[in-house]
Amino acid sequence: MLTAILVLSALATVFGLLLGFAAVFFKVEGDPLVEKIDKLLPQTQCGQCGFAGCRPYAQAMANGEAEINQCPPGGEPTIQALADLLGVQPKPLNPENGAEKPTMVAVIDENNCIGCTLCIQACPVDAILGAAKHMHTIIASECTGCELCLPPCPVDCIDMVPVAVPIEQWQWPVPQGLDAIPVVVKPFEARA
Amino acid sequence: MTEFALILLSTVLVNNFVLVKFLGLCPFMGVSRKLETATGMALATTFVLTLSSICSYLVNTYLLIPFELEYLRTIAFILVIAVVVQFTEMVVHKTSPLLYQMLGIYLPLITTNCVVLGLALLNVQHEHGFLQSAVYGFGGAMGFSLALILFASLRERIAVGDVPLAFRGPAITLITAGLMSTAFMGFAGLVKG
Repeated sequence: MLTAILVLSALATVFGLLLGFAAVFFKVEGDPLVEKIDKLLPQTQCGQCGFAGCRPYAQAMANGEAEINQCPPGGEPTIQALADLLGVQPKPLNPENGAEKPTMVAVIDENNCIGCTLCIQACPVDAILGAAKHMHTIIASECTGCELCLPPCPVDCIDMVPVAVPIEQWQWPVPQGLDAIPVVVKPFEARA
Repeated sequence: MTEFALILLSTVLVNNFVLVKFLGLCPFMGVSRKLETATGMALATTFVLTLSSICSYLVNTYLLIPFELEYLRTIAFILVIAVVVQFTEMVVHKTSPLLYQMLGIYLPLITTNCVVLGLALLNVQHEHGFLQSAVYGFGGAMGFSLALILFASLRERIAVGDVPLAFRGPAITLITAGLMSTAFMGFAGLVKG
C-alpha cells in the first residue's frame, strides 16, 4: 500500500517537474498570431477598419471579432494574404469601410497654412512637421495617405495627391468593355 | 525487421484503431470537417501516441512490474498520457500558433482520446518489448492519421455535393464513416496471425 502511494507520488513529482521546465522552455511571448496578422496590414493607421490602428485590428481579427475585409488601403492583396494566413475564404472589401484607392500622399498648401497644429495632432504616424504659428509641412516618405489630417484643418489647405507609380509597380490598365462578358461570381456556399 | 513491418501493416490497415477497433471516434468525427485541421490533428496525435506508447512501456516495465503494482496500471498510464499531451500542447503552441488555434479544444482532448489509453493497455496485453511498443504506437497513429485524413477529404468533397435533404449533416457523415469501416474490414485476413 505504502509503496503504491510512494511510487505514484514519485511519478507525479517527476512529471510535474518535467512540465514545469517545459513551461519555462516553451514560454510563448504575447500572441504570435497577432504579430503575423499585423505584418500583413499596410500600417497606414488610418482607422478605416473601425479600430484605432492596424495593431488593434490585428488583435480583433486574431480573436475572431473582426472580419478580414475591413482594410481599404490594403485592398484585395491584403484580404487574400489574410485569408491564406487564417485559413478562411477571401471575401470582397466591405464597402462600409471605404473603397480601394490609389496610394495618396497629403500635401500642405504652404501659402494658406496658419500654423494651428491641429493636423499634427491628428496624424497617426507623425509625418507632419511644424510648430504653433509656424508653417507646417508633410514628410512625404512618412505619409501613409490616411486622410485623417483633412477634417481638422480649419482653412482646408491640405490636398491629397496621388503618388506617381514607380516603373517597377506599373501595370497594364484594365481592358475596357469587360462588362460585355457576362461573368457571374457565385459564393462557395451557394451550391449546398 | 519483418516483425516490425508486420506490426506496422497490422495496425495501419488490418487492425486500424478507428475503423476496425472503433477507438478514438470523437476526433474522427469532430476534427474531420476540414482537411487542414485533420492533418494537424493527425500530426499531433501521431506525436502523442508514439511518445505515450514508449513512456507507458517504460513506466510499466521499470516501475509497475518491479514494485508489483500492476493493478495501478490504468491510473499510471492516464498520468503519463496527460503529461505527454500537456507537453505536446506547449510545443505546438510555441512552434505553430495557427495550428494551436485551429486544433483548439481537440488538442487537450487527446488526453481523453480512448486510442491513447487503449494502445498503452494493448501494448501490455500483447507483451510487447520496447521497440515493438514504439512501432505499435507509431503504427496505430499512422492508421489513425490515414483514417482521419481520408475521412476529412471525403467530407470536404461531400460538403459541395448534392446530398438529399434527409441525409444532410451528421447523417451522411455517419454513413460515410460506416462505409469506410466496411471497406477496411476487407483487409482482415491480409496477414496471418
